[in-house]
Amino acid sequence: MSEAPEVRPTVVTPVRVVIALCLFAPFVAMLWVGSYAKTDPAFIGIPFFYWYQMAWVLISTALTCTAYVLWQRDQRTRKARQQAGGAAK
Amino acid sequence: MKDGVNGVALAVFIFFFLAVTVMGFLAARWRKAENDSLDEWGLGGRSFGTWVTWFLLGGDLYTAYTFVAVPAAIYAAGAAGFFAVPYTILIYPLIFTFLPRLWSVSHKHGYVTTSDFVRGRFGSKGLSLAVALTGILATMPYIALQLVGIQAVLDVMGVGGGEDTNWFIKDLPLLIAFGVLAAYTYSSGLRAPALIAFVKDTLIYIVIAVAIIYIPIKLGGFDEIFAKASEAYGQTNPATGAPRGALVPGEANQWTYATLALGSALALFMYPHSITATLSSKSREVIRRNTTILPLYSLMLGLLALLGFMAIAAGIKVQNGQLAIPQLFETMFPDWFAGVAFAAIGIGALVPAAIMSIAAANLFTRNIYKDFIRPDATPAQETKVSKLVSLLVKVGALVFVLTMDKTVAINFQLLGGIWILQTFPALVGGLFTRWFHRWALLAGWAVGMLYGTMAAYGVASPTQKHFGGSSAEIPGIGEIGYIGLTAFVLNVVITVVLTFVLRAAKAPDGIDETRPEDYTADAGDAGVQVELPPATAGTSH
Repeated sequence: MSEAPEVRPTVVTPVRVVIALCLFAPFVAMLWVGSYAKTDPAFIGIPFFYWYQMAWVLISTALTCTAYVLWQRDQRTRKARQQAGGAAK
Repeated sequence: MKDGVNGVALAVFIFFFLAVTVMGFLAARWRKAENDSLDEWGLGGRSFGTWVTWFLLGGDLYTAYTFVAVPAAIYAAGAAGFFAVPYTILIYPLIFTFLPRLWSVSHKHGYVTTSDFVRGRFGSKGLSLAVALTGILATMPYIALQLVGIQAVLDVMGVGGGEDTNWFIKDLPLLIAFGVLAAYTYSSGLRAPALIAFVKDTLIYIVIAVAIIYIPIKLGGFDEIFAKASEAYGQTNPATGAPRGALVPGEANQWTYATLALGSALALFMYPHSITATLSSKSREVIRRNTTILPLYSLMLGLLALLGFMAIAAGIKVQNGQLAIPQLFETMFPDWFAGVAFAAIGIGALVPAAIMSIAAANLFTRNIYKDFIRPDATPAQETKVSKLVSLLVKVGALVFVLTMDKTVAINFQLLGGIWILQTFPALVGGLFTRWFHRWALLAGWAVGMLYGTMAAYGVASPTQKHFGGSSAEIPGIGEIGYIGLTAFVLNVVITVVLTFVLRAAKAPDGIDETRPEDYTADAGDAGVQVELPPATAGTSH
């Protein structure tokens, strides 16, 4: 369910794949605990395990922002195409 | 622990509490208030804009969970408690994906609770009842966690509590916490929490900023803090014969860590109070936009979690881990600022507890009382029932506090999560597909609830025979994982298998009153209600 938001019978566009990846990436990164369960390198004295996860708060925020912007653009072009298509009929 | 009452801290604490209480009672008069209708009491008259709404929603994350339970878990065992950070990170992609659909369909059909949606989508009163009961039950331990938070603060200030043998003095902080919460919710409903949320968040920001800058400097920097913590975790715990904890989760604990994070993330937005807050936002795009700002809360949560290490480095030694952070504040801060910090924790627990109990009470009145007991209830009756139920929900919370192990308060929230997660297939499944059969969903729910409760009952801790934790061996995998997630997977498997069987047997489907386009409608589209109808009184749908 964390894949493509609002799957419709219409096409899977490259933009939507990117959106899905943006939303799915935090799951892979955070649930793969083995990839970050270590103390080094430390950052200002904070072990890797802790600062890495806090850094992911920022990374996932950036990813969600990207997904949001792409989604809005996708919706806009979609609407525009629908209107154009409606006029042509 | 210091002996006796910390006078200055207590005075500052009482000052803020009184100020907030006065605000609470005035809130009842904020704009106009006829507190007799449930609409007025339970939804604050629905006059909240988006901004207030998101303050309320932020309140879901900034509770005693953040301030007391998570740092306490870290204080007790190290890395294992930090799962709260990935948990809150995973919430946002989830919200982004499914809540806009819930917003659309709810605003199209006037749904105010998850039960409403499930009934409308699957045409099943039984399933709707199951979702409502689960919501009410799961909210209780979450409120219990808030009570434990207030209790910890009062305890550290020396208001009763401690190791006193007299049961009344020992439980005095808890009784006070309960009394304040009950009186405050009963008198002013949702208006009070909304107004106080501003005060609460301001206090909390100040305390966080001071705590995460001042304390590490005083303790000689993070290097020093983590070195001391590492040393402390290496020592053997006499109760279990194993090391107390670790700075980094070992191979064996990684499953637990990941399943706790994922399970908690899936659970958060199933709670009645979070759904109410989400649905009151102005448009579906507002929800998505907010997912890009809310992660700031997670960053704060991570920084607060580090306070658990600081408590160890500062040499705080408490039997009950929940007292670690309040005790740290009392030791590190001048008395007056400790009072401010305690007020922040206390009010930060009080407000969410009030919101949660009101949401649970609304759920009861709307989806159980009106649907099953008295369909023709008057608005005044509904309000009366809601107020009474909100009190009962709090009594239920009190029972959890008194019967469960208070020293690991994070388990309260995790127990609630085990239950509420079982409504996920019906709710989120229903948002995307109607393939699941209503009876299969009900059966899956029942099995998930039964398995989850029994597995949690079977977990023993050093202090307690039952409900001692929230993780157990995952059958078939052999690793230790969060019971809620295991029960959830079981729930889904049963739902899918039974759906195949029921579809093959041509079992009758319920009537679906929603249409595919309802799930993508936005404010401004035809038939979309910008303001939802009140939860119960005067519903016109």
